[in-house]
Amino acid sequence: MDLGSINPVLLLASLMVAATPILIAALGELVVERAGVLNLGVEGMMITGAICGFAAAVGTGSPVLGFIAAAAGGAGLSLLFAFLTQFALANQVASGLALTLFGLGMSALLGQGYQGIKPPPTDKLDIPLLADIPALGPILFNHDIMVYFGLALCAAVWAMLKYSRAGLILRAVGENHDAAHALGYKVVRVRVLAIMFGGACAGLGGAYISLIRVPQWTEGMTAGAGWIALALVVFASWKAGRVLLGAWLFGGVTVLQLNLQAAGSALPVEYLSMSPYLITILVLVIMSADKSRAPASLGRIFRASQ
Amino acid sequence: MTLLRKLATAAVALGLASSAMAEDTTKVGFIYVGPVGDGGWTYEHEQGRLALEEHFGDKVETVFQESVKEGPEAERAIRNMALEGADLIFTTSFGFMEPTLAVAKQFPDVKFEHATGFKTLPNVSTYSARFYEGRAVQGHIAGKMTESNIIGYIASYPIPEVIRGINSAYIHARKANPDVEFKIIWAYTWFDPAKEADAATALIEQGADVILQHTDSTAPQAAAEKAGNVITFGQASDMAEYKPMPRVSSIIDNWKPYYIARTQAVMDGTWESQQTWDGIGPGMVGIGEITDAVPEDVKTEALALKEAMANGDYHPFTGPLKKQDGSDWLAEGEVADDGTLLGMDFYVEGLTGDIPN
Repeated sequence: MDLGSINPVLLLASLMVAATPILIAALGELVVERAGVLNLGVEGMMITGAICGFAAAVGTGSPVLGFIAAAAGGAGLSLLFAFLTQFALANQVASGLALTLFGLGMSALLGQGYQGIKPPPTDKLDIPLLADIPALGPILFNHDIMVYFGLALCAAVWAMLKYSRAGLILRAVGENHDAAHALGYKVVRVRVLAIMFGGACAGLGGAYISLIRVPQWTEGMTAGAGWIALALVVFASWKAGRVLLGAWLFGGVTVLQLNLQAAGSALPVEYLSMSPYLITILVLVIMSADKSRAPASLGRIFRASQ
Repeated sequence: MTLLRKLATAAVALGLASSAMAEDTTKVGFIYVGPVGDGGWTYEHEQGRLALEEHFGDKVETVFQESVKEGPEAERAIRNMALEGADLIFTTSFGFMEPTLAVAKQFPDVKFEHATGFKTLPNVSTYSARFYEGRAVQGHIAGKMTESNIIGYIASYPIPEVIRGINSAYIHARKANPDVEFKIIWAYTWFDPAKEADAATALIEQGADVILQHTDSTAPQAAAEKAGNVITFGQASDMAEYKPMPRVSSIIDNWKPYYIARTQAVMDGTWESQQTWDGIGPGMVGIGEITDAVPEDVKTEALALKEAMANGDYHPFTGPLKKQDGSDWLAEGEVADDGTLLGMDFYVEGLTGDIPN
């Protein structure tokens, strides 16, 4: 084994990239679940965002417009879920699963004709001076803008939930929708907005895969990233900071295991392949030994009483 | 009464017409492991299916199912196709071998063709291409072109087909450049663009300036393009959109003549179970254009190597060769037999690391 050939700086830099799509999608789902809604359609919204973003970026030649279209696509698809669960009062689990299947099918349909095309490149944001710092520069300051967006989003979601009035209302709706309703808050309106936010985030996460990480369009290219994001939210016990930790762990171990293989590690490949899942879940489960729990109204249908 | 007679006549006519039509058209089914737009392996099989339709016109009806998972789902998909009246079914991935055999036993009148397998039945043929011949050419170019002397290899599953490719590429890279070292990542997938891109990136970060792949998407090409000074090769398909750099050449599978010949055999009633394994010579394996990114002399040598294999003067597995553990395999001038190649489960001397079980 030649561990010396693994460059820790490059490894940490790739970790940031590998973690970004699941981080953004998971933060969106975190907000949805804190509002008391369980949307299992993250994978479907991600893949829809991936193709919407890809098509828009190719059509306009602008990756920025691509990301905007991806957010719109994901949010648009999530409206379907919002209608089913908030107005038709359908079961959230079944609706979410249906959303994933629908998104996978629809993205394959929309993607006809986009196979084998290269999207416009997204420029790296070389921050002057900072990017030149040895070691820290490449790790922290030499990425595309979406990596920073993911980090900023994490801070924003954390602060919004913890300190803002909007966050307080959102949490109240998620903890006890009847009480929130009695206080005069618009439970359905808050939830629909949260669902759309979650959809937009999932769409952005998907577009990150199709526009930056891979970059190309192929059917089913999110390959389960949405499910990982969903699991992260639960294992991170609905806390933004832990979602970030989980995404870094998962992305980091994924990249690390590939690097270990390339370096000729003596560990069997099968163990290396499963390590990202095992380690991430293990660490987050140990961390969540405190009393944090799911929002009390999570997954429950809200019927407005008089 | 007349109305009834007319109706009855019409019904009989219709019945005759439809049964006549059924006799005339041969239904050919395809089971694909990836999406038809993968730009690689499945894409080329799909080109074969389209060629079949073009060649036979109305005389043939084709159906296909894409992105079929290897395992129980495959058996269900193949059985459905047989139940829907397919006369001939091509199953195009190694992992479809057992499911194909299982369904074939239930439908003795349906003909099956399994790509890259080694088990047959009276109604199951196998066909494959000698990709290792193409990999010899790539290995040669890779060995000549690398400056870091590190060549990265993205492998899919540890099956003889893939191991053969690694060995062939390695032997010829070593001949071209004795200092070459291979770094191998097992992706455990035929098609997962994100994982393939990450694997390529990991290899590049560890110093590889040539990436060889045995997975089906163009994601490694995209990763190489991003990295800059790295070259790649098209796998299964030309992957021309990445010319002239990073993609400097390719191995192309050409299934069209084979699909047309076998469908013709079913139509003529002459179809028999057989095992086909053709290479560069008969044109089942093609070498895509070697671009100008490759120096002229290397290009000439690569083409000479291709020519020697095409006319049978040279076999990529010619002794003296030893196995990884140092034991003798082929003596001076000895050529590997097909049986050993088809069941290959060892690295040749010089490769590092273990083959996963």
